[in-house]
Amino acid sequence: MRSVMSLDPLILSRIQFTWVVAWHIILPAFTVGIASYIAVLEGLHLSTGRGVYLRVSNFWIRIFAVAFGMGVVTGVVMPFQFGTNWSRLSDAAANIIGPLLAYEGLLAFFLEAGFLGVLLFGRKLVPPRVHFIAALLVAFATLFSSFWILASNSWMQTPAGYTIVDGRFYPTDWIEVIFTPSFLYRLVHTVLAFYITSALVVMGVGAYTIRRNHFLEEGRVMMTTALSLLAVLVPLQLIAGDQHGLNTLQYQPAKIAAIEARWDTTGPVPLTLFALPDQAAETNHYALDVPYLGSLILTHSLDGTIKGLKEFAPEERPPVPIVFFAFRIMVGAGVLMLILVVAGWVLRGVGRLFSSDWYLRACQLAIPLGFIAVLSGWTTTEVGRQPWTVYGLLRTADSVTPSLSTGHVLVSLIFYTVAYVVIYPAGFLFMLRLVRNGPGETLAVPEGPVQAGRPARPIHNLPPLQHPGGLP
Amino acid sequence: MTESTISFVGIWSVIIGAGVFLYVLLDGFDLGVGILHGLAPSTADGDVMMKSIAPVWDGNETWLVLGGLALLSAFPLAFAIIIPAVYFPVLVMLLALAFRGVAFEFRFQDPGSRAFWDHAFHYGSIVATFAQGLVLGAFVQGFRVEGRQFAGGPFDFLTPFSVFVGLALLCGYGLLGTGWLILKTEGALQDWARRLGRYCLIGVIFGLIVVSLWSPVIDASIAKRWFSMPNVLFLWPIPLVTAALVLWEWRALRRRAEATPFIAAILLFLLSYLGLAISLWPMVVPFHFTLWEAASSPSTQAFLLVGTLFMLPVILMYSGWSYWVFRGKVRGDQSNYGGV
Repeated sequence: MRSVMSLDPLILSRIQFTWVVAWHIILPAFTVGIASYIAVLEGLHLSTGRGVYLRVSNFWIRIFAVAFGMGVVTGVVMPFQFGTNWSRLSDAAANIIGPLLAYEGLLAFFLEAGFLGVLLFGRKLVPPRVHFIAALLVAFATLFSSFWILASNSWMQTPAGYTIVDGRFYPTDWIEVIFTPSFLYRLVHTVLAFYITSALVVMGVGAYTIRRNHFLEEGRVMMTTALSLLAVLVPLQLIAGDQHGLNTLQYQPAKIAAIEARWDTTGPVPLTLFALPDQAAETNHYALDVPYLGSLILTHSLDGTIKGLKEFAPEERPPVPIVFFAFRIMVGAGVLMLILVVAGWVLRGVGRLFSSDWYLRACQLAIPLGFIAVLSGWTTTEVGRQPWTVYGLLRTADSVTPSLSTGHVLVSLIFYTVAYVVIYPAGFLFMLRLVRNGPGETLAVPEGPVQAGRPARPIHNLPPLQHPGGLP
Repeated sequence: MTESTISFVGIWSVIIGAGVFLYVLLDGFDLGVGILHGLAPSTADGDVMMKSIAPVWDGNETWLVLGGLALLSAFPLAFAIIIPAVYFPVLVMLLALAFRGVAFEFRFQDPGSRAFWDHAFHYGSIVATFAQGLVLGAFVQGFRVEGRQFAGGPFDFLTPFSVFVGLALLCGYGLLGTGWLILKTEGALQDWARRLGRYCLIGVIFGLIVVSLWSPVIDASIAKRWFSMPNVLFLWPIPLVTAALVLWEWRALRRRAEATPFIAAILLFLLSYLGLAISLWPMVVPFHFTLWEAASSPSTQAFLLVGTLFMLPVILMYSGWSYWVFRGKVRGDQSNYGGV
């Protein structure tokens, strides 16, 4: 272990990668679910003819457009990171991860971009049925995208179907490459997380809309659809998360040891609710343990043993405190979600779902919960697989571009930082403004001199909703 | 790794070549519109210009992602050497593309910050284009390589040649952008696009001549490719056809032609691209590795080829359909696209 982190190209490249992925991942976490939600609303409108579905759909399409645009431009950055900062990983593993990523482009990105234009601007140009199909294809595309990016990530976490020649990976069986041992677990866990994240946003925005006593019908549709979905998905996620954990225990035991801050191989294992893990001293301070619970959760038996971190060489252990706390934040967020859903169903049972101000307030406060869970879960799995990029085979330190200097990466890191610090708050404020304007409005900006001669902005091309002819 | 009887390198060279060309063409015209946006005669005209590309820009940019990923998959060695060698131009290009991309949505959200996002769109387009020109220039002049890695310095890419290519590309994308605007607009804005198109064309002519004379000086193998004996006999039509296209474009910009300026600009790009390919073939990392030396494993190329051969026609079909939906002249009023 290095006790003092020096600013070398490796650590800076890792910070840069973390920075650009972390900001990027919160957009798919939101847009994957919203795309499906829009498709469902469009379908409901098509089959029932109820105007409220159309209004809610148009409302979310406007917000989706902003998030998706940000997702595209921050996504374009990602593949180039493999080249600029991780060229040795590219050289070594491109035979395998290259096509997985390229398939994401072929099957997902073009589908998204091709039909997004029609979804956003084409309602007047194509028949309603075609518009619905466009919404459906955009939703499927976001799922295809999740499939391939997680296939690629899972191969790096639990590599399979390869052989190594001259330090480079070669595929031997593509089915094994795609369906690695952790892939389906990761896919289900992640997609559920994305759907839950979106549903929490929809529920919170619905609650806000109701609390403002404006667009009540739309707000109720949002809250009930989201709460129904959450009632299914949140319990499912508990099962999926548990299964994913068992899978990780089998294939990445060091990650589990770090998650639980277990230093010694013992059984039965307690569950450490809280501690300050000390990597150097190989122990936990201020530990709050619940006996047997660790074994029960991790092995589904009361006396199961868990491999401790001391079984792994110090240079093959992940940074324990980060993994330990990130995991606890994720689980904590999950528990809060469960409480929110149960409370929602109780209130619904007694007919007070839309009239309990404290609950509507809680729903609003819960909007970031999904994002917090996604980011901390991602941190758990990605920091937990350190020090490897290809687990057990290629070290992160051996993956970085050799021609980089500290100055190089410092400059690019500063550029990325400044750019995202400008773009993200701006996008966030614009989405907030759209939320504030509510589902009935087609105008996001008050009329003023700036608008003189202003043609439809893309979003205005949506058909006028409540105010036909009310456009500038 | 394994001995393979079939090689997919040839077909991958064609696919990536075509993919990169499509990117240059498609994002070329919408970056071109961005380059011209800041010079628009009025705010209303600027809005029409943006409206003409709003439904298609992200599809166009997707070709950049696909180009990068296809290169990573089919020729990983080229990816692992070239991208680090152009670290800063790639950085600047990505960030410029980010700012111009979000501007499409952001500029309408808040009147207070609108001027900022309009500038982000205009200057973002310029910077992204110039950075792409730098990458192209650096690619043509070649890289320092040791083993399987880039071994040069962070500013090796920056030479008078690459800067010149960057400026020339600004004129080139500008020409594509004016061609698109002539096709999609009418009246005073269309006349304005014609006038600007002529300025861009003058820049393109100058750029083509200088690059054609300069690149053989940079590397002897390029000179040999074009000027050695049997080759001259086959290659002389290329400069000739290019000259004819320039003339055609000039006349189209002066007449009332609607689609010809765009078509002629596309063909001019095609010819220039072909010229570049002839200069560098079969190098993918000039002048160190050929396409065959940088190729990924045959199994990798085959696996991706199956999906690509199936998906590319589908992609071209629905992208084409999307353009068809938004066909016709763009107007500033609410009456959406003229096709309705």
